[in-house]
Amino acid sequence: MLAPLSWLKDYVEIDVTPKELEEKLFSCGFEVEELTEVGKDIRNVVVGLVEQCEPIPDTHLNLCQVNAGAHGTFQICCGADNVKTGGKYPLALIGATVYATEKDHVTIEGIMEIKQGKLRGYDSYGMLCSGTELGLTEDLYPGAGYNGLLVLPEDAEIGADVKPLLGMDDWIYDIAITANRPDCQSIYGIAREVAAVLGKECKAPALDFTETAVTKAPFSVKVDAPELCPRYIAHYVYDVTIGESPAWMRRRLALTGCSAISNVVDITNYVLKELGQPMHAFDYAYLEGDQIQVRRAADGEKIVTLDEKEFTLNNNNLVICDGVKPVALAGIMGGLNSEIVDTTSEVMFEAAKFVRDNIRKSSRALGQSSDSSARFAKGVDEYTTVMAMKRALHLIEELGCGKVSSTHMDVNTGNSVEPHAMKVSIRQVNGVLGIRVPDEDIVRILKALQFAPELNGDELTLQIPAYREDMDSYPDVAEEVIRMYGYEHVTPTFMSTAEVTMGGLNLKQKTELKLKRALCSAGAYEGIHYSFFSPADLDLLRLSEDAAERNAISLQNPINADLSLMRTTLAPQMLHAIARNQKNGILEGRIFELGNIFIPKSLPLTEYPDERETLCVGLFGEAESFFTLKGMTETVAETLCLTFTYEPGSKPFLHPYQTAIVRCEGIEVGYLGKLAYELQDELDMRVPAYLMELDVRGLSRWYGKEQRFVPIPRFAEEKRDFAFVADKQVSCAEIENGIREACDYVTKVTLFDVYEGIQLPKDKKSMAFSVVFTPREEALSASFMEQLVEDILKNLNEKLGISLRA
Amino acid sequence: MKEKLEQIRAHAIHAIENSENLEKLNEVRMDVLGKKGELTAVLKGMKDVAAEDRPKVGQWVNETRAVIETRLEEKKAAFEAEKLRARYESEKIDVTMPAVTCQCGRLHPVTQVRNQLIDIFSAMGFEIYEGTEIETDYYNFTALNTPQDHPARDMQDTFYLSPEFLLRTQTSAGQIHVMEAKKPPIKVVSPGKVFRSDDDATHSPMFTQMEGLVVDRGITLCDLKGMLDEFVQKIFGEGTKTRLRPSYFPFTEPSVEVDVSCFQCGGTGCKLCKGTGWIEVLGAGVVNHRVLEGCNIDTSEYSGFAFGIGIERIAMLKYGINNIKLLFESDLRVLEQIDD
Repeated sequence: MLAPLSWLKDYVEIDVTPKELEEKLFSCGFEVEELTEVGKDIRNVVVGLVEQCEPIPDTHLNLCQVNAGAHGTFQICCGADNVKTGGKYPLALIGATVYATEKDHVTIEGIMEIKQGKLRGYDSYGMLCSGTELGLTEDLYPGAGYNGLLVLPEDAEIGADVKPLLGMDDWIYDIAITANRPDCQSIYGIAREVAAVLGKECKAPALDFTETAVTKAPFSVKVDAPELCPRYIAHYVYDVTIGESPAWMRRRLALTGCSAISNVVDITNYVLKELGQPMHAFDYAYLEGDQIQVRRAADGEKIVTLDEKEFTLNNNNLVICDGVKPVALAGIMGGLNSEIVDTTSEVMFEAAKFVRDNIRKSSRALGQSSDSSARFAKGVDEYTTVMAMKRALHLIEELGCGKVSSTHMDVNTGNSVEPHAMKVSIRQVNGVLGIRVPDEDIVRILKALQFAPELNGDELTLQIPAYREDMDSYPDVAEEVIRMYGYEHVTPTFMSTAEVTMGGLNLKQKTELKLKRALCSAGAYEGIHYSFFSPADLDLLRLSEDAAERNAISLQNPINADLSLMRTTLAPQMLHAIARNQKNGILEGRIFELGNIFIPKSLPLTEYPDERETLCVGLFGEAESFFTLKGMTETVAETLCLTFTYEPGSKPFLHPYQTAIVRCEGIEVGYLGKLAYELQDELDMRVPAYLMELDVRGLSRWYGKEQRFVPIPRFAEEKRDFAFVADKQVSCAEIENGIREACDYVTKVTLFDVYEGIQLPKDKKSMAFSVVFTPREEALSASFMEQLVEDILKNLNEKLGISLRA
Repeated sequence: MKEKLEQIRAHAIHAIENSENLEKLNEVRMDVLGKKGELTAVLKGMKDVAAEDRPKVGQWVNETRAVIETRLEEKKAAFEAEKLRARYESEKIDVTMPAVTCQCGRLHPVTQVRNQLIDIFSAMGFEIYEGTEIETDYYNFTALNTPQDHPARDMQDTFYLSPEFLLRTQTSAGQIHVMEAKKPPIKVVSPGKVFRSDDDATHSPMFTQMEGLVVDRGITLCDLKGMLDEFVQKIFGEGTKTRLRPSYFPFTEPSVEVDVSCFQCGGTGCKLCKGTGWIEVLGAGVVNHRVLEGCNIDTSEYSGFAFGIGIERIAMLKYGINNIKLLFESDLRVLEQIDD
């Protein structure tokens, strides 16, 4: 919200510096995002009187003697066509800064410092300036748009700084307004706060006007959609003369970022800026049927707005119609068919309250917005609606551009614009804050905020102005008090009345942290990726059309298609991360992510989906292998005190012969494997990658397993090494199982060597295992050991055709 | 006899002193003390010595033996010391050569900050509640005093999944679940991912927040201030101050923005704090009584405060990370840097 200091001063006496005012506003909840002096780049420019002006032969230049009062009289070469003896112009002294313009004298290209110069052999001790060179426009100062010197008033004091004269000593506050204070989205709204924080009076805007006896009969207003338009005020103005608005009005509009159009239109914009009420002016001559009707648009109904865009409407859009057709898109923009034009002689002013949500939705749906719609979307109050119409009619009279009839229509749903009473207890207010604000301070603050407080014991009766729709209950009063009293009065206490509570992580949180730390110890870095991914990621994984992963929840309004699906696997983002690292020249690394995947129970969503914590580990580099990844998987198992089993598996994105399914107690919990070469190529990876994904939610059922001590065996363990010869297709796991099932003294089986080659038949391999036997109540005797070994060899031979290597 | 022993001794000592290594020393030992050694031979010849002289001669022999053995041991020790010294010398290394490291990974900077926050709040008696990333409109907005047409809905651009379900825009959504499940005293922090439809240099569509909620008897704005003072000193360092200033959130009233004194310049003004001496770090406030009432908490008895911390923001401030996007790209050059 842009608020010029000079405009605020219309309503409140400001006796602090612009910077101090910024701090005051900040302390009471209005952050000034930017504070700019209008003439911030202009320095040392004074009023100069041209006392002599002689043309320099054969040039367009004039050699002038310019009187700058106490600064002296200077010889200036000037090329402007409007320089003349006796004229007063802005004189940039040597050392002054002004804007440098391009050859067109209009486009500002930077700031320049004035130096002593020489033109065509004549010394020049400064520069006479145009409006543009001072950063002014025609709207900011009449005559400033002229492509020549800016002509100053005859009574300008010679030698005086031009900045106050041209309004360049003004300051613009760009203020952030919080969503609960739509009433401050205006100059007057800010002025009320400034008055309160400075302890000054806030003057009321001039609202007086004289209605003539003229009426416009049989004009009527009908609101068919009061749920979207709780108040609609219309007033008929006649004998209108369209023309330019006065300089002061154009300047103020320009300072708040609004260009001047014509007096009547400028009045509506001025009221919007000043009071925060969007208004509209219809050319009455184009309203058919002497009627205004506020209704929902018919499906398919069309309107062309002022900016000549056509919109096809539906029942959700609110339109203002005359007796025949839509003439405005309510709250958003007027229709082209009833626009104010140079020949307009009768005007119907509209000041209405439209429901903010409807305007916001219509504006978004139609892709059409304006200052009005932005303002309505923040919320307009009826108090201001009433006031704004009066202000507009006052300005019509002040500008002398029309006559105010006595045809005034006010259609409303009965909401009062009078203050309403609210009773709160001082004790409750202080109870929220935790400090005791002195009663007199509370009363003083609430009085300054125009709540007309009356204190009776502990009971405080307030009259809440109708524009303070945010004031609901005692905490709101507490906030009003403390923001004006000062947050520095809030003294720290440490919940002395609270009960002692036990804090900390629960089992799931502790286990997940333990898991992450274990993975870090195993050399992996933790990554975090977005919870949404791209439909293309599912194709990247070569997932079939009916793959479970394709049953993903989509975002209705994604930023782009690449972020449009809730992820159902962590794999693709891990692959992209690996590819990015390789692109950066990092050719080895380990990354893990512990995050959620999202499995819908139904689509479209009718209940919360399953958010499953999932672990993904990605390894890449020439030194990695399926087995280093399997080591990471075992790290997970050990951390969770679980035993995983592995069996060959397949995934469309993994190597067909280097992929395993992971099970825990027979339940499938994930997969691991080497990335398929097709994907490696597609992702431009230079080194192989390996991927593991585990359903951590599934594993969580085993979290917090009871920890039991197993006594150390009293007798020594026996260890035997075996070299077996087996068929090539026999797996390590089969042999291990064959050993374990044959002998329940076996507590550890470790493969330590595999051999295939000329010393063995082609279809055979040798596998060497180390087996540990743990004794129980008594030592394992040599003969008993012999028996155990025999049992194992027999079982392996019978089940798997395995023999001892000779 | 005595002369002979003297001779054996002198000869043995000479041989010991002149032996070049352990093997030679052993030979000397064998030659003198071994089964066929000279001294052993003298002992064997004791039977020829007169009976009355035997004790004296025995003593001489033993003395001689002791001297020789001592000399042998000394020489042996010298050889062993020399051998060890040579071994050490042969294993001399250049200690300035590069280290062999065990490559450990690291937790994500966001996780590190999250853990630090959790540690601080756990110690203050806060439990940790993790809500869901997908929420309903009711929990994310309506129950937080942000009904459908509320202008605050424009403050955050929401990703919708259906008319009812959305990606939570704030971990505040967890407040309501907590208060529905548990009656006061409540002290809970709720960390998690949140989502807003923002994607530019300073915004990421996903980031991490930690919501905090306290509901108990007599909780006031002063308690919020006291807790924040403790918290910021723990996370940003001793002496860090807080400043509250008015703000607005639909679910707190009064609402405040919390600034901390700049931990880089100490408040004198620098680039980090844009010359103001203060850095905005979080939003907070006294829980709006409407929110408590909506959860059937008796506001005549209980009150509370809530706060919301942007974890990436803390991480970026603390570690000087200049772009939030870097945190979600798993660039190992980024991930390996921070271990706090």
